[in-house]
Amino acid sequence: MNPFTFERANSAVAAAASAGRHPGARFIAGGTNLLDLMKLQIETPAHLIDVNGLDLNRIERTAEGGLHIGALVRNSDLASDARVRRNYALLSRALLSGASAQLRNKATTAGNLLQRTRCPYFYDSSQPCNKRLPGSGCSAIGGISRQLAIIGASADCIATYPGDMAVAMRALDAVVETVQPDGETRRIPIADFHRLPGISPHVDTALLPGELITGVTLPAPVGGIHVYRKVRDRASYAFALVSVAAIVQPDGRGRVALGGVAPRPWRVEAADAEMMNGAKAVAAKLLLGAQPTTQNTFKLKLVERTLAAVLNDARALS
Amino acid sequence: MKFDRPATSNPIDRLRVVGKPADRIDGPLKTTGTARYAYERDDAVKSPAYGCIVAASIATGRIESMDLSAASAAPGVLAIVTALNAGALGKGEKNTARLLGGPEIQHYHQAVAVVVATTFEQARAAAELVHVRYVSTTGAYSLELARSSATAPKSDDPADTAIGDFAGAFSAASVRLDATYTTPDQSHAMMEPHASTAAWNGDALTLWTSTQMVDWTRKDLAATLGIPKEKVRVISTFIGGGFGGKLFLRADALMAALGARAAGRPVKVAIARPVVFNNTTHRPATIQRIRIGARQDGTITAIGHESWSGDLRGGGPETAVAQTRLLYAGANRMTSMRLAVLDLPEGSSMRAPGEASGLMALEIALDEMAETLAMDPVEFRIVNDTQVDPEKPERPFSQRRLIECLQTGAERFGWSRRSAKPGQLREGRWQLGLGVAAGFRNNLVMKSAAQVGIDPTGLVTVATDMTDIGTGSYTIIAQTAAEMMGVPIERVAVRLGDSASPVSAGSGGQWGGNSSTAGVYAACIKLRTEIARRHGWDIEDTVFEDGQVRTGDRRMTLGEAAGASGIVVEDMIEYGNLAKEFQQSTFAAHFVEVGVDAATAEIRVRGMLAVCAAGRILNPKTARSQVIGAMTMGVGAALMEELLIDKRRGFFVNHDLAGYEVPVHADIPHQEVVFLDETDPVSSPMKAKGVGELGLCGVAAALANAIYNATGVRVREYPITLDKLLDRLPEVA
Repeated sequence: MNPFTFERANSAVAAAASAGRHPGARFIAGGTNLLDLMKLQIETPAHLIDVNGLDLNRIERTAEGGLHIGALVRNSDLASDARVRRNYALLSRALLSGASAQLRNKATTAGNLLQRTRCPYFYDSSQPCNKRLPGSGCSAIGGISRQLAIIGASADCIATYPGDMAVAMRALDAVVETVQPDGETRRIPIADFHRLPGISPHVDTALLPGELITGVTLPAPVGGIHVYRKVRDRASYAFALVSVAAIVQPDGRGRVALGGVAPRPWRVEAADAEMMNGAKAVAAKLLLGAQPTTQNTFKLKLVERTLAAVLNDARALS
Repeated sequence: MKFDRPATSNPIDRLRVVGKPADRIDGPLKTTGTARYAYERDDAVKSPAYGCIVAASIATGRIESMDLSAASAAPGVLAIVTALNAGALGKGEKNTARLLGGPEIQHYHQAVAVVVATTFEQARAAAELVHVRYVSTTGAYSLELARSSATAPKSDDPADTAIGDFAGAFSAASVRLDATYTTPDQSHAMMEPHASTAAWNGDALTLWTSTQMVDWTRKDLAATLGIPKEKVRVISTFIGGGFGGKLFLRADALMAALGARAAGRPVKVAIARPVVFNNTTHRPATIQRIRIGARQDGTITAIGHESWSGDLRGGGPETAVAQTRLLYAGANRMTSMRLAVLDLPEGSSMRAPGEASGLMALEIALDEMAETLAMDPVEFRIVNDTQVDPEKPERPFSQRRLIECLQTGAERFGWSRRSAKPGQLREGRWQLGLGVAAGFRNNLVMKSAAQVGIDPTGLVTVATDMTDIGTGSYTIIAQTAAEMMGVPIERVAVRLGDSASPVSAGSGGQWGGNSSTAGVYAACIKLRTEIARRHGWDIEDTVFEDGQVRTGDRRMTLGEAAGASGIVVEDMIEYGNLAKEFQQSTFAAHFVEVGVDAATAEIRVRGMLAVCAAGRILNPKTARSQVIGAMTMGVGAALMEELLIDKRRGFFVNHDLAGYEVPVHADIPHQEVVFLDETDPVSSPMKAKGVGELGLCGVAAALANAIYNATGVRVREYPITLDKLLDRLPEVA
């Protein structure tokens, strides 16, 4: 771990301003991903800004009937919030399918949105990786790729976004709220928050340098049956091979987002329109243009079959 | 004490302490975090420096140049040791690759330097500043591709065996199976990584380390450093898991010793978790071809097992055919092992080397044959039981109660619930299936010495270099001494893992429990004899009981018997030819119930039972813990454990605990363990055997068979992950 300077921020505006003054600075909250990456020298910030003292840990109703989630709300607290469980069960279920109880007690809402890929080559600094070291190449293409993306990837990177929470947020049309170093705030729809790799896979999100997430807003509840189904090799404490976040209305309409298949939570609005036509139709639209590797071609079928099971479950619960 | 005739009755048979489910005597230290492991010996070593290993970033090739200038100038750096400045180094007898590489690189993450600094963080940061220029050469990284170049290996086991006319009998058999199975490379993935603290005093070295075999490590470290063995003291008090990964000297120990010598102060080194998987050893992958021929009544007439594995040049094979020479009857038989040269990290022993991998294949083959014969797989195994070594029928098994294991298990597990036709049981989203497999592991015995003493207060102290790798050695040794000397377990102190003590069997090959306690038994017999002699009593009429020694109406406390200066003796158990006259093995039947998700093919275990016949169980509690741990490891082997090879670059890619998945609590259902009431007087005076490896042997195949029973899909390539089933399951209804 390289030496770094450290400060505790007093306000979100001050934290962002400080980040603006310290190029390459990182905010630290739960630290469940950042500290691991620093130990491996994959992240080498010269300055850390501790945001744990900020007043961003509340869950509140919005005037529009939705919910505002502070950036520092811990995953455990968010998953167990009565309003979340009642109106956004998808989010609660996604959170509880991730990591372990200990990690969920530390991990924050903003930090979880920013967790980096779990591609094994990203973690091995002896190996080329465009996400870790731009221009060095992608070892995963032609290498071990069973866990990696089947859609949305590029010739420079086939890493997946590994999380669960953001997949539910994508289905819920969440909005990410930020403050920039100059004090300006903005609202980024979750659909635009995570980037596709293209030729710059080292840039994971739409955040600008020094920009701090202050919270996430959920629109008013949409009702329906909420199902989050995470498919993995072991029963807990594993990243998704495929996850399906679905909201199904009594009339069969609904929306669906996928995890574990793409560099970002994967939702295709045209697929939502096929919800009445069954899993095959939805999967076909979701995975149109997919380019799996030989090691992860199975995810195509797995998405379709998992979707079928999810739609069956939702129908049974309606 | 020479053990060359079957044991008759002896003081252990009283079973007042031995055979009882005593709590671990080291339990409170473990549960309060006060058991100090090798990296935590700040009590013994004041302010050690920290070493960080620099690991090679290529698999095959050589170092062209190393630039140490930036690392040397980094804050806190005290020394950097590389092959260029380490001085002449030998190689341990039990190491294949050198532990300090350069200029030649033999495998990925081979250590090429250790950076020593005042703090751990300084050492780690400076290690990143060591710039190494490599010249890569191509290597062989695929067993499948190297298979055709494999040759007959030299090892303790014969490369080829042949009895009768296998080819003729196989081709004449009315029912035949010819199938190929694969097992992947696996990692021990123990909780505590390899770690050592080294301190020099002049030309003498003390090493606190995490090793299963104190004397082997001592010998190989001395050989590598080129110093007399007597100048090395190895201390391994507590070990956070080994599973065979800590049988031998590894880079942490050598680098700590070299780093301490260069820095002129004690140094501790732990192998970082992401480096463990490629730097240390692993269980090698196998390709196994099994052919079985049988008559319509289920009698096996021909059984053949061939296995291919790979290792670095000079390494050895995975002896996956071992059990097939002994487990089932059949007049015509053959086995064959072939070894390919691979430039992957070093292959070596992992829990039940040979049988664990071999049974993963053989016990699926048995299931396949049973189905073809339309026989129940339990019955098929019973029909083909043998009470003698099938290769040497004049040589009986010392004890063999496999049939009773199978029958007891079938009864207790509700085997009759199983549908002979697969894919018939459904519960909600789950397809349910039951599977069975036989467990088999040979019982190895090793000579083992111990010192036993009594002080004037009557406290019994046992000292031996035996290790406790989480198995319960401390406790069963205390039970043994307590039983022999007639005191409660609280009156026995046990000192393990110090090369200053007599050389023991160590922990490996499931020989440790039986052999080390037999060594303590031998020393206790000597101690009892010495006490009787000192007091002029006839040992035959002397009773050690309730903290007293008595003969006729004379009696004294153990402390009085020991006298004011106490008494200390040492002895060793050595084994004669019983292993030649009798085949000694341990047996189990494993039963598993699984659920397979009808849509996603996720596999979840719903119930497990092991019935074990393994001689006298010295402590049912610690033995059960070993078996349930082994069953858990079997779930990993069946469902998820695989070191994934990048065949372009020659390394195990998933080299951390996020990428190399082992079962978590949520994967493990209720586990039941039954030990048949058994003693084996041929094994040792303890009449015990091992269970720590037996508990693993056969588990993965029982799962594979249960998955087949649930789905009708036969997978012959481990691990059985959902992608291997998905294409062959019916559409989601």
